[in-house]
Parts: sequence; C-alpha cells; structure tokens
Amino acid sequence: MSSSFQLGRRQALAAGFGSVLLPSALSAQAPAQRPSEIKIGITTFLSGPASVFGVPGRNAAEMLAEEINREGGIGGVPVRLFFVDEAPGIDHLVGEFRRLVQNERVDVMFASISSGSCLACTPLGEELRKVTLLWDCGTQRIFEERRYQYAFRTQANATPEILAPLLYLLKTRPDFRTVAVLNQDYAWGRDSWEIWKTAMDALKPGTRVVAELFPRFGATDFSAEVTRLLALRPDVILSTSWGGELDTFIRQAAERRLFERSTFVLPLAESSLERVGRSLPAGHIVGSRGDHWHQHPRPANPQALQRFVEGYRRRYNAYPIYPTYHMAQAFSALRAAHAKAMQANGGNWPSDAQLAAAFPGLEFETPTARMRIREDGQGLEPQLIGTTLHSDRFPFAVMDNMVVFPPELVTAPVGQNSVAWLRTLTPDMVNRVPDPIRAG
Amino acid sequence: MGDWLEQNGALLGLALLDGIASAALIFMVAVGLNLVFGVLRVLNVAHGSLFAIGAYAAASIGLFAASAGLPGWASLLALLLAAMLVGLVLGPLIEQLLLRRVYGEEPVLQLLVTFALFMILEDAQKLVWGVQPVSFSVPVSLMGTVDVPFGTDVIPYNTYQVVLLPAVAVVTLVGLALFLRRTLTGRVILAVTTDREAATAMGIDARRVYLLTFTFGAMLAALGGALSTPTASLVPGIGASTIVLSFAVVATAGLGQIEGAALTALMIGIGRSVAVTFAPELEVVVPYIIMVAVLLVRPQGLFGVVETRRV
Repeated sequence: MSSSFQLGRRQALAAGFGSVLLPSALSAQAPAQRPSEIKIGITTFLSGPASVFGVPGRNAAEMLAEEINREGGIGGVPVRLFFVDEAPGIDHLVGEFRRLVQNERVDVMFASISSGSCLACTPLGEELRKVTLLWDCGTQRIFEERRYQYAFRTQANATPEILAPLLYLLKTRPDFRTVAVLNQDYAWGRDSWEIWKTAMDALKPGTRVVAELFPRFGATDFSAEVTRLLALRPDVILSTSWGGELDTFIRQAAERRLFERSTFVLPLAESSLERVGRSLPAGHIVGSRGDHWHQHPRPANPQALQRFVEGYRRRYNAYPIYPTYHMAQAFSALRAAHAKAMQANGGNWPSDAQLAAAFPGLEFETPTARMRIREDGQGLEPQLIGTTLHSDRFPFAVMDNMVVFPPELVTAPVGQNSVAWLRTLTPDMVNRVPDPIRAG
Repeated sequence: MGDWLEQNGALLGLALLDGIASAALIFMVAVGLNLVFGVLRVLNVAHGSLFAIGAYAAASIGLFAASAGLPGWASLLALLLAAMLVGLVLGPLIEQLLLRRVYGEEPVLQLLVTFALFMILEDAQKLVWGVQPVSFSVPVSLMGTVDVPFGTDVIPYNTYQVVLLPAVAVVTLVGLALFLRRTLTGRVILAVTTDREAATAMGIDARRVYLLTFTFGAMLAALGGALSTPTASLVPGIGASTIVLSFAVVATAGLGQIEGAALTALMIGIGRSVAVTFAPELEVVVPYIIMVAVLLVRPQGLFGVVETRRV
C-alpha cells in the first residue's frame, strides 16, 4: 500500500519557502525566555568628520548603560552594547547590521546618525523583524514614505528642526527681506534648505534669496563665501552646517565682522557653542535639534537633567551636546517599551513582536520633556530655539529668549508628506508660537 | 564684456584676493607632494596625514604657548616649530622604515603602502587629539583685518590670509627654486631626479638624497597644515580632503614641477573663488574642470616633460 502523503509541486514550493521564512517569523512571534543580557547594537560614527557627533553619542551610551546596569538593568536584565562605525559606508554598515542581528543575536538596534544610514538600516531591520530605534538621523522621509512595524524614531526629524528656527525668526525679527544660505553640499545641507525655503515661501512670501552657497562637504575654508556674504549684506544668513565646518565658518565670519551685518540662524549650533567660545557673538539664533540644552529654562525633570549633565561633564570634561541627549532618549524609550510590553504580556519577557507592539503611542521621560511616539513610529520631540547671549557664568555664548516649540505645532501630521504640508502653512502660524523665556 | 567688467569688476577683484589667499595654502601642500614624487617617484598618499598632523601639532604648541603666557608673536613661531618637528621626526621615520623598502617596486604596491600608512596615521591622530574639532586662531586675531574698498562699502579681510599666507608661499617658491638650482645639494637632488643611475654612477648617494627630499617634503606638508590651523577647525578627515586636491594640483602641474604647482594652485584658488562669486554651484568641480581641461591639451601636465619610455 502506497503512502497517501504526497507532496504536489505547489506544496513543495510552499514548504521550501516556509523553511526559509519560518524561523525568523517564529522568532518574532514565539514566547521569549528572559535572556541573561539585553544586547543592543548601536550604529554611530566613530571616525571621519561626523565622529564629532558619533563619539559623544557612544560616550553617552556607555555612561547610560553603566548607569542602567548599576540600577539592575532593564526588566532586571543587564544591557551589553555593540558598536558599529557608520563611516566606512552603507555596504559595510548593512553587513554589520545583519551580522549583529543574525550572528551576535542582538535584541535591539539603535541606528544611526546619517540619514543615508537610516534609510538603509530601517528596511533591513523590518526584514529581520528586529526592533530598530532611529536615535539621531534627521531625514523625514522614513515614516512618510513607508509604514514599519519594527522601526521607531525616538527623536524629531528635519522638518520640526528647521521649521522651528524659521518660526522663531519670524516671531522675534519679522522685518527681514533678504536671506542667504550656506550649507554643506550633501543630503542634509540640501534637504534642510528645501524645508526652510518651502516654509519661508508659505510663511513670509516675497522674501528674496540672494545667495545659495553649498561649499563641498569637508571644506576647511569659507573665505570666498564670507566675502560674497559681506558684499551682499543679506538680512539673514541660514546655515545648517555642523561640526568643524560650522566652527570654521563661525570663526571666519566673526573675524571679518560678518555677524555685524547679518542675523545668523544656526539650527545646529548648540553642538558648537562650547568649542567656538566667544567667537559667536550675542544676538544670533541657535537651535539644538530638539529641546536639549544644559541650561534648559523649564526642564520636565530638573534633577534628571542635572544628573545627566554633571555625570557627562565629570566623565568626558565637556558639556553634553544633542547626540548625547538623543542617545538618552533611545535608552529611555527602550526601558519604557520593555516595561509596557512585559505588562501587556502578563509580566513575562516580551518577544520581538511584542516589544515592537509597545512602541506606537508609547510615552517616555527624557531629562527635559515627556515624549511620545506616534502611531506611524515618529517621535514627537519639542524644539528649543534661542538667541545667543554672553554672560559671566560661561566662557561661551549661551541661549536667551528661549522658545520651546510644542512638537505638534512643527511636525507634519501622520500620513502627510512634510514638503506638501509646509506648502499649506499660513503666516498666522506665527501667532501660535509660544512666548520666549529669559535665561535664568 | 566691457559692461560686465564695469558691473562686476569690484566683485572680481575681491574674488582674486580670496583666490590668491586660497592658492597660497594649496601650493604649500601640493609642492611637497610634487617634490617627493619628482625625486622618489613615489606617490605618497600619506602626505595628507602629514598635513593633518602638522596642523594638529601647530594647534597644540600654539595653545601651550598661549597658556604659558608667551607673547602673541610666539604663536607664529609655533606654526613654524610644529612643521619642523613633524617633518624632522616623521619624515626620516617613514622614509627609513617604509618607503626605502618599496623604491623601484610596482606603483600599485607603493600606493598601497602609503595608503596603509595614511590609515594608520589617521587613527593615530584620533588617539592623540580625539575627534572633537580643535582650533587655534591667535595668529589671525593678532594680525587683525585690512579693509578693502568695495564701492561705497568696505570688505574686511584677515591680514593673515591676504598678506602672510601669500608671502610665505612666494618665499617658499623662490627659496625652493634657488635651492634646487643654485646650491650643490639642490643640484644633486636635480641630478638624481633626472637620472638616478647616472647620478649614482658619478658617486652621488641617492639614498641620502631620498631621505633629505622626503624629510623636506614632509616638512612642507606639515607647514601647509600648520598655516591652515589659524583659519580652520581641525577635524578627523582633513588629511583625506587635502590629499585629493593636492593630487589634482600635481597632475595638472606635471609631476615634479614646482613652478607648475604654483601656477596650478593659483588657477584652482582663483577659479574656485570666482565660482563662489559668480556661479556657486560650480565651486566644487572647478579644480577638476581645470585639471581635465589642462590634461586634455597637455597630458603630461602644464610644465611636465614627455618622457621616452624605457624598455
């Protein structure tokens, strides 16, 4: 008697695919055992120009991991960190991301500083069904172009980070007529200008752009650009540059008295303030890619902010800058999500899928605010913008007349494309900007 | 054309000033690379690292001098001291330990060795100076600004950039030309450059010439870095961006051509600043447009000599 169990071609194919796909699907769905450690893979810049952000981010991660482990870990389990350098490029990064998930069996990935890195890592995290927290990259495209189940951003994106300084400018110095831009010639420099220009055309139509300067990424001299700006005398100069290039631009502009002729708007300058000292004069607009500022006028948790700032300063001999706060937000979100997922799971250790399900709608504390992750995965983070001021307390410019922008005001709504949303803004939006707060 | 010049002549003048200042720095870096290639026939990728280390060393020595309460002019000496230290320490070390082993080898092997050295030195910089931007701007503040008339307005320029840097570049160019053509050591270097075998047969110690030339080239790279310190913040990766531009200058000038390096640096410096003024979108590609244009007309470079291939 022949066996009645026969496999047709379709069933055989299905079984074949199933054997490939099932293990990862099962690992995401299966009840999880409490591990001996939570492995966190972190992609950041450890070399190259962007290591000015990546290394402080790593420093903060190490400090926070030690703190968490001293307090008993997350859900009673200590954390262990694995770092990957973003600098060698996307191919290397994607390979390392896959290696960490498949070989090292990390539990969570924190990715990345570069927007290009995030655009590559996020679909990969989804494919591998591994919770991926976008801890620092700025591109708004990720959650506007696709929905993800396993990817979440624990900070804002480029749209609020650029719209907030523009609204601040419109509220505090509305009479400008001409604008010039000097941004680094790469994705962030170009994209941030598109956001600014689109919003400016909607909020203050008729403003004239007198120069669009995009010096090469990594430039070490802006003399010709400074000369051009001195000759043009624009009312406002925008620069979303960062790191050594921003420092150099500020110094060269200050030495040649450009700050006396134009109002500067520098949305990332919080990260340069300590380094450039008093080269950056008073009276110019700076931001911090969020509401991070060691002299925050109204932090949600003053003790936590002080503990974080002093702990970082003691250990690394510098004030923390925005990537360190972004790293703290990622850890805080992970802790909150774990607690929520365990509670939803009857106190049992959550699977990858259960952990991922805890993020939409998650609320978590940061040293300065209470943040929320929207249903599309995007974090809602306030934006703090201020005007530089020289005081006797610090050997560098600090922020005064600070406005803390509520995230709902400056973030594109769920399901809307940022650029399309910016086009719909109207000048009366400025009336909804909160009043400035004086430095203490 | 006349109308355009009337309207934009003043802007063009400003662009020329910026271009000359920029060319001075480009020349200082490229001339060392060109000299080393001309004599040793090794394309030294690590030249960019020597530039970066010279820059970082100048910042460290300058900051130390400032913290020790030394007068402002000492900061200018700090730049020179840093270049000499880096050249005299790293130059002989690299030549003796690494390059000496690859003379006469395939160019690809020489490139790989100097590229590996470049990577090692990049990491060494991070170990010593970290990744946060480092700066030292005392010389610029010390020398102040000079106001250049612009219509009814004035445009302030750093005296350091528009006076000191071009002066140093001119002194270097003239000094190097005189050294190579009027001194015995210079003529010996030229002899080895022209025909190593013949020079060696006549009793010239080619190895000593190589050591001397490489040390001098390293010192020039470090001096270029040191001179850039007062105007720029130093970050990881400055060596890489410098070497790319230096290669463009060397290829355009003609390998081993010092006057060619000066002229090319001037073309690139002025080309970039004119682009910033009149067509900013072209600024990034101007050096390479110039390079391609020159090489299309003169494949051996502006001042290069067509060599007979030796079988």
